[in-house]
Amino acid sequence: MPDEDHQSRPSSPTRRKFLLTTGSGVAASVVAGYIPALANSAAGEGDAAPVDAVPNIEGAVPIALRINGKEHSLRIDPRTTLLDCIRETVALTGTKKGCDHGQCGACTVHVNGRRVLSCLNLALMHDGEEITTVEGLLTPDALHPMQAAFLAYDAYQCGYCTSGQIMSAVALLKEPCGPDDASVKELMSGNICRCGAYANIVAAIQQVRKNA
Amino acid sequence: MRIFEFIRPTDPASAIAAAAQSKTAQQGADVRFMGGGTTLIDLMKLNVETPDRVLDINRLPLDKIEVTPNGGLKIGATVRNSDLAHHAKVQKDYSVLSQALLNGASAQIRNMATVSGNLLQRTRCVYFRDTAMSCNKREPGSGCPAISGHNRTLAILGTSEHCIATNPSDMCVAMAALEATIHVQGPKGSRAILFGDFHLLPGNTPNRETVLEPGDLITHVTLPPPVAGSKQLYLKLRDRASYEFALASAAVVLTIAGGNITRARIALGGVGTKPWRSPDAELALTGKTANEATFRQAAEAALRGAKPQSENGFKIELAKRCLTYALRTAATN
Repeated sequence: MPDEDHQSRPSSPTRRKFLLTTGSGVAASVVAGYIPALANSAAGEGDAAPVDAVPNIEGAVPIALRINGKEHSLRIDPRTTLLDCIRETVALTGTKKGCDHGQCGACTVHVNGRRVLSCLNLALMHDGEEITTVEGLLTPDALHPMQAAFLAYDAYQCGYCTSGQIMSAVALLKEPCGPDDASVKELMSGNICRCGAYANIVAAIQQVRKNA
Repeated sequence: MRIFEFIRPTDPASAIAAAAQSKTAQQGADVRFMGGGTTLIDLMKLNVETPDRVLDINRLPLDKIEVTPNGGLKIGATVRNSDLAHHAKVQKDYSVLSQALLNGASAQIRNMATVSGNLLQRTRCVYFRDTAMSCNKREPGSGCPAISGHNRTLAILGTSEHCIATNPSDMCVAMAALEATIHVQGPKGSRAILFGDFHLLPGNTPNRETVLEPGDLITHVTLPPPVAGSKQLYLKLRDRASYEFALASAAVVLTIAGGNITRARIALGGVGTKPWRSPDAELALTGKTANEATFRQAAEAALRGAKPQSENGFKIELAKRCLTYALRTAATN
């Protein structure tokens, strides 16, 4: 999780932190309140967890989301998808927006342990449910075995689809799936990779399954 | 996406009362039930659906799969496609349904999509999904540019001069062959609708896709008791091997005794404006020897009356071969 990441290396400004800081300045001046978490951090709260801001959004409704084991009490526009809530409101940007129409899988997260497309869900539908994003897979000490396998097998090029691929792959470990590559490909067909890293993605998943 | 009021009803009665305020239960409804959201949120983002109120039915007690007293199956409205596909009794006794579900969408979408939502799945016709285009289904009377335009994936059975949109569901094709019944609770009480009566042909009113009225809540679907010894298969043909809608598909449920077909239930997908049960194909099979000639005759019967458009004439032979192959494979299993 980014918070642990910051705490473990307090003096090294990560790329993510840089983007958050610069991005938040823009957010505060141009669309204050629209990206509440970022606006909050721009208000001088530094490394405080940039969540749970209560901005003044017309028609906003309260929601309690549990993301990666952490409670977030938020107020959101009812139209907010789970994806936009995770990225823009809670500022966990590991989950990616690809097509935004349920056709690419980049936004895959887990709800109550099952993989879903966060772009085709309203955040409000998940009040009180357990959500896991790619940031919730690793511990402060180690990558999730699937993340490590993706590294070892070079299972990406540009990396944009990778968090969705990994979230799908982790969920697949608990789903009915035949032992062969064809079964893995079938169950991973909802995650599109335009770079075409599919062969290495399948190899990484099979390695984790073999060791499981 | 247009602003809407999000409501989570606590019981079916309040959900029905709220939905009954809608002017229609069809295209353009101002109140919508939301299940998995996989169709509705997509269409709301495109402004094809613009409800004022969205009723989240996911926490209503409609999520059970139960064996009925007569040995059939009762499937709750909010049961997820993945749970239904992997249910032990479905895999054993209604395998055509399990196969159809697992051939649809992706693992993520199957974890979200509900049974009742799948019954109401909307067409993938590009003109319907694009509000810059005319579409009789979306805006009655505005015209159908698909008929003279891009229609490669569209329907050849059940079309009208006003609409040739394909019903995209896989699940519904299997349910048509299994002779499911859809159970609805509405402002005037409960009723059971035979699967074949649920979806409407486009005719002059392609905006009306089902017999549902405002306030009608699908509570569950029932399947009749399994047919002992039946051979079942769902075959889906598409442009890529997975995560794609059918160009043609076939659900077959056959009973064969001594080399003769004693019972046949046949439905086609990807070619019809509604899930396409084919009584003509069933008639061509019943009482006949289970061989290649019989299968081909059934396929010819199923596609008799098919009306090709400029780009989708290939579907006629494709659907025939799809059904023939499915029958042959099922019969020899």
